Parts: sequence; C-alpha cells; structure tokens
Amino acid sequence: MIAIVDYGMGNVANVKTAFQNLGYEVEITDSVERLKMATHIILPGVGSFKAAVEEINERGLLEPLRELANEKPFIGICLGMQLLFERGYENGLSNGLALIPGEVNIIETEYILPHIGWNQLQIENNNPSFATFQDKHVYFVHSFQARTNKEYLVATADYGTTIPAIVQKGNVYGMQFHPEKSGETGIELLKVFLEETASVGGQME
Amino acid sequence: MIAKRIIPCLDVKEGKVVKGTNFVGLRELGDPVEMASNYSRAGADEIIFLDISATNEGRQTMIEIVRHTAEQVFVPFTVGGGVRTIEDVHRLLQAGADKVGMNSAAVSNPGLITESSERFGAQCTVVAIDAKRIGDKWHVMTHGGSKDTGIDAIEWAKEVEARGAGEILLTSVDTDGVKSGFDLALTKAVVSTVRIPVIASGGVGKPEHFPEVFKETDVSAGLAASIFHENTFTVKEVKDACKQQGVNIREA
Repeated sequence: MIAIVDYGMGNVANVKTAFQNLGYEVEITDSVERLKMATHIILPGVGSFKAAVEEINERGLLEPLRELANEKPFIGICLGMQLLFERGYENGLSNGLALIPGEVNIIETEYILPHIGWNQLQIENNNPSFATFQDKHVYFVHSFQARTNKEYLVATADYGTTIPAIVQKGNVYGMQFHPEKSGETGIELLKVFLEETASVGGQME
Repeated sequence: MIAKRIIPCLDVKEGKVVKGTNFVGLRELGDPVEMASNYSRAGADEIIFLDISATNEGRQTMIEIVRHTAEQVFVPFTVGGGVRTIEDVHRLLQAGADKVGMNSAAVSNPGLITESSERFGAQCTVVAIDAKRIGDKWHVMTHGGSKDTGIDAIEWAKEVEARGAGEILLTSVDTDGVKSGFDLALTKAVVSTVRIPVIASGGVGKPEHFPEVFKETDVSAGLAASIFHENTFTVKEVKDACKQQGVNIREA
C-alpha cells in the first residue's frame, strides 16, 4: 500500500488516481500506524510552506515522517518537495523536514510569478535514470523554489533563473512540478521513482 | 522556457457539450468527459469547461462531470460558468478542478476574487473577462456577452490582478465565432497591462491563428472550441503550425 500523507493541504485525489492507475493500492491517511505499514510515502501539497509545517506539527507527523524517510521510498510533490528542505521563508521563517540540505525562497526572476505552465526539464549530473526526460515538458505551478547543492539535483527548469525540478538524496525524492498533471511524461516519471527505489523496501506491485 | 499553451474549451449545457456562434444558437456536440479525455491524449495542454447550464440540475451534473474528468484527464483543467459564491469555488475544487473561473459574479462582487485567492490560492483563481469594442475602448460584458456593464475592460483587468487573480481568460465578444482569428488589439492591450498569464479566446478558424497571436502578442495561451470539436482541425495540427513558426510548444 502506498500512503499519501493527509495534512489538509490541497486536493490529493489526483495524486491518488495517478498511483492507482499504475496498479497500486493507495491510502490517504494521517495515521502514523498506517504510514508505518505503507511501502511508499507520498507527501503532496498545495499552499504555503508555513501553513503546511503548522498542519504537520499539529498532527504530530514531523518526527514520524523524518523516521519513515530513512526506511522507505519517499517523494514530496510540489509544496511537498519544498518541505523536504531545512527551512522555508514563505510568510516568515519556518523549519521543514530537513531531509535534504537547502532552503526555500521566492523565485527571483524577471518573468511573471507564479511560474505556471509547461516547462522543460534539464537533466543534471548526467543522471542515467532520468536521461530520457531531457527537454520533456512538465506542469509547474509555484512561486517559491528550493536552493540546494548541485549534487542533489536530478533535473532543473529554466525560468529566467535555474529552478530545481527534481531533487534526490538516497531514497528521498522531490518533484516541484505536478507529475499527476503532466500527461504521459508525469506518469513515466513516477514510474522511474518507483523503479529506482524498488530496492529500499518499496516493493513493486 | 515556458511553452505556449493550446487549450480546447468545452461549453457544457445540462451535461452535454454545445457550441454556438456569438454566444447564441446552440448545437449539441457530445459527452464532456469523453471529449476532454480525448483532447488530453491528443496533446491539449489544458482543458476548460464552461458551464452554461440554466438549471440547478445542470449545475449539479457539472460537479459529477468534473469528478469523472479528474479521474481520466492528466492535464490541468479549469471549470467556469455559474460560479457565484466561494462555496461554488470550493465545491468545484473538491470535485477535482485545478482552477475555477469566475465572470459575472466577479463583476458584481469583486470581493469573490480576493476571497478565492486568499483561501485557495492565486494559481486556481481565474477571472474570465468578456470584452466588446465600444468606441475607442473595450467594455466588460456579462451574461453571456449580452449585457454591457460600461466598465473599461483594461481597468478591470488591472483590478482583477490586484485582487489576486492568477490568470485572465480574455474573450473578445467581437471575434467570438467569427473564425477570422484572435482579437490581436484587445489581447495586446490586456497582456501589456497585467503581469499575470492571459489566455486569448474567441475567433479561431484555422491552426495558423494560434502562431499569429503568439507572435503578435505575449499572451500565454490560446483557446478554441469549434475548430477542435467539429474535427475540422486537431490539436496536433495547431501545434505543428506553431512549431513551423518557431513558437515554443509542448510536444506531447
């Protein structure tokens, strides 16, 4: 069972449908017991960093999520990816899950914000697993971006500045765009995440 | 770089896709969920539903359509038409819409834009503006393009941005259904006034009208209805026409 963390930030039905279509059983839950039983943890989210951190803390999920990220395939999507980092500056400073070094700030670009629409992936560090996604379009909607070390970058997008699009540290992945809204390409990217993490407790079904 | 978006629009009435000319003379065309799903597979970058139902039953049917669409369509989709209150916005988002469009209600109650943007985010708050040339200005039209509010469309575009709209769906009442191309003057005027994405709508008759609006203006997206529904042209033909003109588009 794949668990989608329910912490009251945005509609997660589309993320659920995407994984169901890949043949997985999916549960939307905020129960630590259920999260512990899951094969994979999906942290979705739309909204502000600060509000998300408050919701996670209120549900007592911060430490459990940090522990689960050591054991299981873990992916943060959109705001969920931003929460993987140490700090966020949206509506004031707040601490994230600190699973990947770095912080989250407003996008500094001369282009209009939010960064909304289909933008192209630039694969970083010659990552072999994602090489076929070079120049593929995925759907972004966000105004804040991660700032992290190059070693954690799997893919970036150009929006007058370099925006981390896919990040990874061990079995923890993050996607800034919405794979569940990125057509065939988005579904293929989720498949690669599932394949890449199959050896760390995440059985393929 | 961000790709220019090609958006098929489905006018939905009482659960069926319909199309008219200049907002009148409706004809039935098919099932909205099936048509949206086909467009998404054919490379549409986004889908827009406009609910033009006249009854409460029609509105209720729309919620069901949105729910089924969310299960089958893996590109963003927007729902507009008949959105009066913040509860309407909430219901559509909960059913699975990615964005909600508001038109007449935003004019009569601009606070709705602010409230939607603060509660659900600018990214899902779309304001539809129907504009008609009156003298040397454009006026905001409501009630399906039939009622002149006397409001200056350019000033209104500024205000909806200030109130937190994330996007403007701009329809030219003058070119809608005429098939001679987008209203370039209107589009240019609005795009150069705001710093949020604008979707141009009204007037497409052939694929070449898309690269034209993308080259002549800085508009983010182009919308069309009848040329897609009647299978006159495919999304791919539109994208090929854009590519030939060097417009950056997404290859599905």
